[in-house]
Amino acid sequence: MTAEVAVSDEAGGKVLRASGRLDVAAAARAWTATIRAAADAPVVVLDLSDLEALDSAGAVLLLTAAPDAKVEGAAPQIAPVLERTRAALAAAPPAPPVSRRFLPITAVGRATVQRLRGALARVAFLGESVVIVLRTLRHPRLLRWADLMRHLDEVGTRAFGLTALLGFLIGVILAFQSAIPLRRFGAEIFVPNLVGIALLRELGPLLAGVVLAGRTGSAFAAELGTMTVNEEVDALRVMGIDPASMLVLPRLIAATLAMPVLAMLMSLAGLAGMTVIMAGFGFPWAAVSVQLQQWLTLQDLAGGLFKAGCFGAVIAGIGCRAGLTAGRGPRAVGDAATAAVVGGIVAIVVMDGIFAVLFYRLGI
Amino acid sequence: MAPDSGTAAPAAGAGTSAEPVIRVEDVAVRFGARTIFKGVTFEVRRGEIFVILGGSGCGKSTLLKTLIGLVPMAAGRAWLLGEELAATKGADRRALLRRLGVMWQSGALFGSMTLAQNVELPLEEHTDLPRPAREALARSKLGLVGLGDAAGRLPAEISGGMAKRAGIARAMALDPPLLFLDEPSAGLDPITSAGLDALIKDIARDTGATFVVVTHELQSILAIGDRCIMLDKDAQGMIAEGDPRRLREDSDNRTVRAFFRREAI
Repeated sequence: MTAEVAVSDEAGGKVLRASGRLDVAAAARAWTATIRAAADAPVVVLDLSDLEALDSAGAVLLLTAAPDAKVEGAAPQIAPVLERTRAALAAAPPAPPVSRRFLPITAVGRATVQRLRGALARVAFLGESVVIVLRTLRHPRLLRWADLMRHLDEVGTRAFGLTALLGFLIGVILAFQSAIPLRRFGAEIFVPNLVGIALLRELGPLLAGVVLAGRTGSAFAAELGTMTVNEEVDALRVMGIDPASMLVLPRLIAATLAMPVLAMLMSLAGLAGMTVIMAGFGFPWAAVSVQLQQWLTLQDLAGGLFKAGCFGAVIAGIGCRAGLTAGRGPRAVGDAATAAVVGGIVAIVVMDGIFAVLFYRLGI
Repeated sequence: MAPDSGTAAPAAGAGTSAEPVIRVEDVAVRFGARTIFKGVTFEVRRGEIFVILGGSGCGKSTLLKTLIGLVPMAAGRAWLLGEELAATKGADRRALLRRLGVMWQSGALFGSMTLAQNVELPLEEHTDLPRPAREALARSKLGLVGLGDAAGRLPAEISGGMAKRAGIARAMALDPPLLFLDEPSAGLDPITSAGLDALIKDIARDTGATFVVVTHELQSILAIGDRCIMLDKDAQGMIAEGDPRRLREDSDNRTVRAFFRREAI
């Protein structure tokens, strides 16, 4: 028999009658009408004499519509379900509504304090890293060489294919795009100069940095974040092993050493791509080579590689910090990886701007 | 939505059917060439608390996952609530899964949702209850397991024992007639563990639901188990079946005796 729930006005007050099998499906059907019918005045009697079965959803419906009513005619299998649900609801009062007054101001204040704390923690992490690096320079045996080699392989050699492919394609694209305006002036021969300088000074280090942030910074954050969530980092601390020297240092050094190589590879692959396009335009390899030799200086290359090393250190540092400061719960690792990639890319672009001003001032 | 004979308790066929709630026939599970267990055969009757016990690594949790369809069987067949899960598909499978509740070893609560939202999720997915109804029902389930005041907290903000209780609340959201609990009392202090045992007994008594509990906690087994089977790593299968209290006293199997008497072999 399907369930029926009806509210009627009688001499003594409102009466709620339920019959049939009041299960979750029946409760869902009857909910809105029953609650509305019981809203204006309290139900005084809950007549359950025709009720055959009741589940907890049905009980919640009856108790929401008629919280204080006198129960009449409940069968032996019905009464315990109703009473258990009544006790459970009493043990779980609805949460008080959150006061929304001054909430925007509170939010701004909280965010400001949080940012300041974050900035302070970054400075502290930077200081800690510098101390560890200096200490390792004095005592090289502190460095875990096996870890360093593993990270060099992961950060460097395993990224060669991707970096070379991207570099080649960027070279091709730059050559094509710059050839279009230069052709108007019959100056296509200067395409190698433009692409060469752009790659060696700027795009090589910057794009290698983006590759490193996406590929390695996120991996560092995820790996260290998982270790943090699993309390492995705490275990290290309790063993008297500094997580910064064991986990951060090898990664920091590996990224700093690998980045100039990746930037160099990116630039060389880009130049190769550009040369292919120039050959397509009818310029022999020798002409491209002469242009590059005449216009590119060792300073361009050295400046680019120096920047690349700095980018590597910053990306690794941001990735490791994001991992070590990961919160708890399943979202923490994902948040750490996102913070590492976003933070890393923003940081290298900002640093690149600073380097541009610095190199300009120094006349490099 | 069609009325579901399994969701209304306790009148929903309680004790009327001779058909067992779970029937397992000659089930084997292999991972590659490694046999975890074979020849597992047992029945679970309506309304009982059935315990799967055994030492670490004997395949208790694997058997539970096999029953609920997460681990494929290498051989044998299993029926839940009269239907063979492995043979059901689409809407039938969904309807059968709706009538099962599972509490995972670690709680397996969704980390981005509050406890109340965790309990509401199956209600939202499987019923047409309006939002206030879902919220009230979720509160009542959390109140039932003693977490009424923690409804707004995230899983990362609660203790292991609370996570297990919240896991039970979520498993019970749809009043399933069959509940699987994986290690409900492992890693809990004796008071919390005893509280959880009492809760399971109360729910079984009040709702008429059938429980399948995987555990190796001796006190828990003796406190709540109506019947049990014991798996063994070396035997690669069942080595005992019956009332745990009687097995403790009468079993002539050396491993079973050692298990119940906490003796080294």
